Amino acid sequence: MLKVVNLAHAYGDQQVLAGIDLSVGDGELVSVVGPSGCGKSTLLRSIAGLIKPSHGQVLINGVPVEQTPDDLAVVFQDYSRSLFPWLSAAGNVALPLRRKGMSRRARREAALAALDQVGLAGSADKYPFEMSGGMQQRVAIARALAYRPALLLMDEPFASVDAQTREDLEDLVLAVRANHNMSILLITHDIDESVYVGDRVVVLTRSPATVTESLTVDLPSPRDQIATRELEAFVRLRSEIGRLVRGRPDLVGEQ
Amino acid sequence: MTGARLVRGAVGVAGFLAVAELAVRSGYLDERLLPPPTVVVREAVLLVADPEFTSGLVGTVSRWLTGLALAIAIAVPAGVLLGTVAWAERATRPLLEFLRPIPSVALIPLAILLIPDDFLMKISVIVYASLWPILINTMYGLREVDPLAKDSLRSFGFGRLAVLCRVSLPSTAPFIVTGVRLSAGIALILAISAELLAGGAEGLGVFVIRAGSGNRTDLVIAAALWAGTAGVLSNTALVAAERRLFRWHHVRSGAVT
Repeated sequence: MLKVVNLAHAYGDQQVLAGIDLSVGDGELVSVVGPSGCGKSTLLRSIAGLIKPSHGQVLINGVPVEQTPDDLAVVFQDYSRSLFPWLSAAGNVALPLRRKGMSRRARREAALAALDQVGLAGSADKYPFEMSGGMQQRVAIARALAYRPALLLMDEPFASVDAQTREDLEDLVLAVRANHNMSILLITHDIDESVYVGDRVVVLTRSPATVTESLTVDLPSPRDQIATRELEAFVRLRSEIGRLVRGRPDLVGEQ
Repeated sequence: MTGARLVRGAVGVAGFLAVAELAVRSGYLDERLLPPPTVVVREAVLLVADPEFTSGLVGTVSRWLTGLALAIAIAVPAGVLLGTVAWAERATRPLLEFLRPIPSVALIPLAILLIPDDFLMKISVIVYASLWPILINTMYGLREVDPLAKDSLRSFGFGRLAVLCRVSLPSTAPFIVTGVRLSAGIALILAISAELLAGGAEGLGVFVIRAGSGNRTDLVIAAALWAGTAGVLSNTALVAAERRLFRWHHVRSGAVT
């Protein structure tokens, strides 16, 4: 589905990414985790075609990404800035569907269906400023879902909401993914989260970032906020990734 | 709260009028020079039946609104251009910075000399003066557009023009309307100033000059009262429109400050 080949980027003299290789298979959810400031967002922006990387290639279904690809949607961390405040929830969700040549009515229906999916059926005509942070991020997720992208990119999507909302939204993403056959690349700095939602966790080093490790998450589905986190395999993976992120490769076990 | 403010405002106005009335009636001020408020208000009401005044009012208001509409039609696209194309902004900035602070009223004599047609001359000075707030607000509004909002739409594969129309312009709209509101006040000042300086067949300014030369200060003040009313009405209407249309913007900027 997605293939990133030797991707490097520098802002001026500052090298941020130093040759990233990673891939996301069809229907796979890959978490990318790394220390803060390591260039995770730059990686996501390069994949989304929002910035042109200095080196390397991004391929979606074998086709190099030149501009923002058609079959892709992004959920950003900062919902209050990424939602359009002058549009209602339904208006926000419906807007990108203009790209699909859908009629006004079809757009509205698709928007309502997507809002229903994220549990906001009754809030379609509310404006972002009338909603809590968690609700706003649900709208942003609904906006991405309604677009039915083959690849969904999420940039720290739950970093700006409270802990309870965060768990709800993690489960929402897992449920959504079970319903649509969507490939997801989720960027996070939260190690627990990367393991909990991921099929695979890609660990980046400090900036300039490279991939240190790609670990398969072998945990049963569906995941459960309490039970999954208690599993020995979960705890082991979490510790392993924790050491990788802290940059202590000498303490890492096999894999 | 608003009710209490209204009451206090009304008390202030009534107090001022009462003092003025008293000052004139008691002979402290010369009634022939400064008529008491009751006389002015009566004259203002009577003016509604005066065809010379009403045709003047209609003429001034229509030039005012025509000039303002033209200014919007010119300044918004120009502001979009200067707000989005960096080299165009850099190329015009020194000129704009020089022209903007010149009090537009000072240019009326020049306009009288350069533009022989009376209507065109008046419209030109109105347009020129009211361009600035709209132009500047549009430019700054565009600069304030959140880059993440633009990226959000761009990430769905929308091009530059779509992002401009669907994100940048709606996001800038509150700034533009504020510019229009400021310009409306300026346009009215220029509409009347041009008449005061250049005269003409009709107009509020023309009426004021004629009343003044006949020593009718009551009519001068009554006409000014109508001009003020027009300004207050337009300002109130635009403030109400801003509150209604851009609730999202005010909630947001209110939360920030």
